[in-house]
Amino acid sequence: MTALLLTVLIPLAGALALALVRSLPRAGWLNLVVSTLSFGAALWLARTIVAVGEVAGYSFRVDAFSVYLVVLTAFVGMTTAIFSRPYMRHVCAEGRASERGMRVYHAMYQAFLFTMLLALTTDNLGVLWVAVEGATLATVLLVSLYRTPEAVEAAWKYFILCGVGLALALFGTVLTYFAAQQVMADPSAGLTWSSLYGQAAELDSAVMSIAFVFLLVGYGTKVGLVPMHQWLPDAHSEGPTPMSAVLSGLLLNVALYAVVRLKMLVDPSLAATATPHLAGQLLMGFGILSFLVAGLFLHRQRDIKRMFSYSSIEHMGLMTFAFGLGGPLATFAALLHMLVHSLTKSAIFVTVGHAAHIAGTQAIDRIRGLIRTQPEVGWSLLIGVAAIAGFPPFGLFTSEFLVLTATMKGQPWLTLALLIGLVVAFAGLFRHLHPMVYGNAPEGHHRVPANMLPVAAHLLLVLWLGLSIPGFLARSLDRATELITGAHLL
Amino acid sequence: MDHGLSVSSWALAVLQALLYAALSPLLVGWIRKVKARLQNRRGAPMLQPYRDLYKLLGKEARVAHTASPLFLAAPYVVFVATWLAAATVPVVLLDQPASSIADIIVLVGLLALARFFLALAGMDVGTAFGGMGSSREMLISALAEPAMLMAVFTLAVSAHTTNVASVIDYQLSVGLALRPSLLFAFGGLALVAIAETGRIPVDNPATHLELTMIHEAMILEYSGRYLALMEWAAQIKLALYGVLIANIFFPWGVAQSFAPPALGLAAVAILLKLALLGAALAVAETVLAKMRLFRAPAFLQLALLLALIGLLSHVILESGT
Amino acid sequence: MSILELPLLQQLVLVLAAVVLFSSFVLLAQSRLVSTIHAFAWQGALVAAVPAVAAAAGDLPHLYFSALVTLLIKALLIPWMLHRLVRHLELERHIESLRLPALVNMVAVVLVIFSYWLVLPMVQQGLTFTRNIVAISLAVVLIGLLMMVSRRQAVAQVLGFMSMENGLFLAAVSATRGMPLVVELGVAFDVLVAMVLFGVFFFQIRESIDSLDVDRLNRLTESDR
Repeated sequence: MTALLLTVLIPLAGALALALVRSLPRAGWLNLVVSTLSFGAALWLARTIVAVGEVAGYSFRVDAFSVYLVVLTAFVGMTTAIFSRPYMRHVCAEGRASERGMRVYHAMYQAFLFTMLLALTTDNLGVLWVAVEGATLATVLLVSLYRTPEAVEAAWKYFILCGVGLALALFGTVLTYFAAQQVMADPSAGLTWSSLYGQAAELDSAVMSIAFVFLLVGYGTKVGLVPMHQWLPDAHSEGPTPMSAVLSGLLLNVALYAVVRLKMLVDPSLAATATPHLAGQLLMGFGILSFLVAGLFLHRQRDIKRMFSYSSIEHMGLMTFAFGLGGPLATFAALLHMLVHSLTKSAIFVTVGHAAHIAGTQAIDRIRGLIRTQPEVGWSLLIGVAAIAGFPPFGLFTSEFLVLTATMKGQPWLTLALLIGLVVAFAGLFRHLHPMVYGNAPEGHHRVPANMLPVAAHLLLVLWLGLSIPGFLARSLDRATELITGAHLL
Repeated sequence: MDHGLSVSSWALAVLQALLYAALSPLLVGWIRKVKARLQNRRGAPMLQPYRDLYKLLGKEARVAHTASPLFLAAPYVVFVATWLAAATVPVVLLDQPASSIADIIVLVGLLALARFFLALAGMDVGTAFGGMGSSREMLISALAEPAMLMAVFTLAVSAHTTNVASVIDYQLSVGLALRPSLLFAFGGLALVAIAETGRIPVDNPATHLELTMIHEAMILEYSGRYLALMEWAAQIKLALYGVLIANIFFPWGVAQSFAPPALGLAAVAILLKLALLGAALAVAETVLAKMRLFRAPAFLQLALLLALIGLLSHVILESGT
Repeated sequence: MSILELPLLQQLVLVLAAVVLFSSFVLLAQSRLVSTIHAFAWQGALVAAVPAVAAAAGDLPHLYFSALVTLLIKALLIPWMLHRLVRHLELERHIESLRLPALVNMVAVVLVIFSYWLVLPMVQQGLTFTRNIVAISLAVVLIGLLMMVSRRQAVAQVLGFMSMENGLFLAAVSATRGMPLVVELGVAFDVLVAMVLFGVFFFQIRESIDSLDVDRLNRLTESDR
């Protein structure tokens, strides 16, 4: 219990403290320290969960499904904080952001981590909504940090689209509460996920199916499912690089986590109707649509961060598809994919930040010969893109392979669509990557101080997970799979 | 609804019709008096409209040489159609022989007939103002009619009939109930009534500026007894709408039997209701300004919207399962 | 059960809900910015009145508190904040020419009918008198969305968004006798913070494109940049 409270409250305390710190160097170090402490608490919590199974109390609840996401969030938060400390000093020195902007940045960074950890550890559907909305609000000012017209436009689009999406998700939550009140003995517990899960089969199916549609559209906007994805490429490309890393790596996961939690409620309630797999089918539909559309859009991109954010949409689509497919194999694959995608994507965005710093621009056409200019950045980018495209022996290959296997068993014809999508995305990524890393370095490209430690750590982890998943992680993911689908894989 | 075919019931029916013709100038006089008082004048006496009609009936009627026989026939058609329409709306008594034809659709149809001939008469002589008035009148009524029908449907759906007397009967049987559909239908019908009878803010009945006229422009060429009939028809139309709104939305006091005390009470009740409605109209006319013509469609769109929301709230909120 | 069988106070709740629907149409039709803010304030007051009367009618005292919070935030605080913003942005006399008002009105009516159809299977069991209001609240949410889509001015879009939140609050009150207090306070806090951030945004937008016409925010598109 203590571990849980510490994990959630340390970022909150950090946010409050950082709002008061004026000097930029001190803020950078404080940010780093708070993130490290938070990661430590998350590890402690994970150990407790492995021992005990689940921790609940004060309407918090951490079980096998949420704990590994909590650890992942804290870890990526920490490594990005390591990257952001020197990076933001450079940004401030360049004049792209003001000192006041930096204070807002650091305070909002920790506030954002707080809201995400709150969303992952709460048992109350209403608090889940409040936390996800809070995450949106915390990041919206950060997207427009650089105050260029494009940044302000991206932040406005992000605010409006995600605001509308979350309003629809709130309507879905209200409908869920409505359904709960009909069947629960204690109506005021109608928003507690664990109580609802216990009585999920009795919830009215008509209400729950309408509620799920609203919730999927609502939280799906935050996941970046096509056609509600319009805010994602803009917000991820116009914000500062550390922000892109955590948005792509963490927030999308939290939104998908919310969708899956709600699917766990809807499936038993629809089990007795004429369309028992409605929730899964909707997820599969949105998932495969996002996967294919994003893969196609990848080819058109001229801005490096936009390209990688479409890659995020594509992978989230794949995960949504896998969760929709259901069954232990696909769910295990999706959970593993959430983990490795987060690590790889945040590493890529960090590397891209350095690459843009070297070239002075984010335009793909003007970034050239990275391996010649600064080999560690060039090679990291190459390896990162290889990882994200699904090359063995990286972890993404394992999870994508498992998804394909599950699809072949469940929906054989869709395997073809998935393979086509994978090939299209692969082609798009490498087509843009090749001139960026190889070739001669143009005039004006010079080395920059870059700490590649976070990137190396992430990519090594992804490699390790691809080669051999450690026992405790496999068991943990297996327990999560059992929680979601009711059956073990291993 | 059994209607006695006795002489007394037919006599009462004819009496109700005559009541309209007799009382509508009084209503108009009352409205003008209240307006004058609000404008800090003493105003003409309340019986002045009677004197005006009497004077006009006595004067010689001058007809333009370009007028066709339609021009001469139109005042009679308009008067009779409007009077017949008014006769279908119960004033004091619900149970009467004319009730069975007192269908709201018939009412709307008769008023449309009157309006049609009025518009033709306006264009008949060939003056510019007449044509202008006719086209404006057609614009207003084309937009007002859907709103009126929608409001009527809302009332008819809850009472399961379009017969005016049955609707009033149903309203009386239900008692005092706060129903959103009634509220919105009342709003819509009130706005339509203002537009159809040519009151501010749609049309100023007392204007002398031809370019701002709608109804007055169509009767500009009439004189003598023709003008008297046209003016009287307009006054009966106003009384008709007043009685319709008063008896449908505030039906208390209407007699449902032939007993003299009930009839007496009904007479007093209707006079009181008309007086209140007339005063409210006078206040509205004093407070609001006349809208320019291109804003009249927005006004009528508001009326349609109110009627539509009334119908929707009836379906959504009122008819439970 | 039909409305005629309900006691008077409960009928009043249904009348208030219908007037809230009417107010969202009124909100949609305003072209002057200041009158839009006033229309929104009236909508907020009506939406706060619904739980207050429902509390009196159904004897649910905790609804009084949420009615009070809504009244303070939606009918007083947020309109006041918007007024201040409009004054600082010098938009007090701003009139926006509405695009295709007749079409927008028709779409709004279609949305009302759509929400009714959507909610129909749910309220078949009509256990309490407030269940029917769920259709009205969904309609208010969708009409708020329509307002966001059809307006060019940023402040008007924010008012559409706030109107969506009004509809959501009405849904929470009508379908469920009010959400738990923690959630209601959280949602209210979120709305308030969103309002503050919108205020900050207006200034940022105006600084970058020198107007608040969001149609001019069009540099980020998928076509060739």
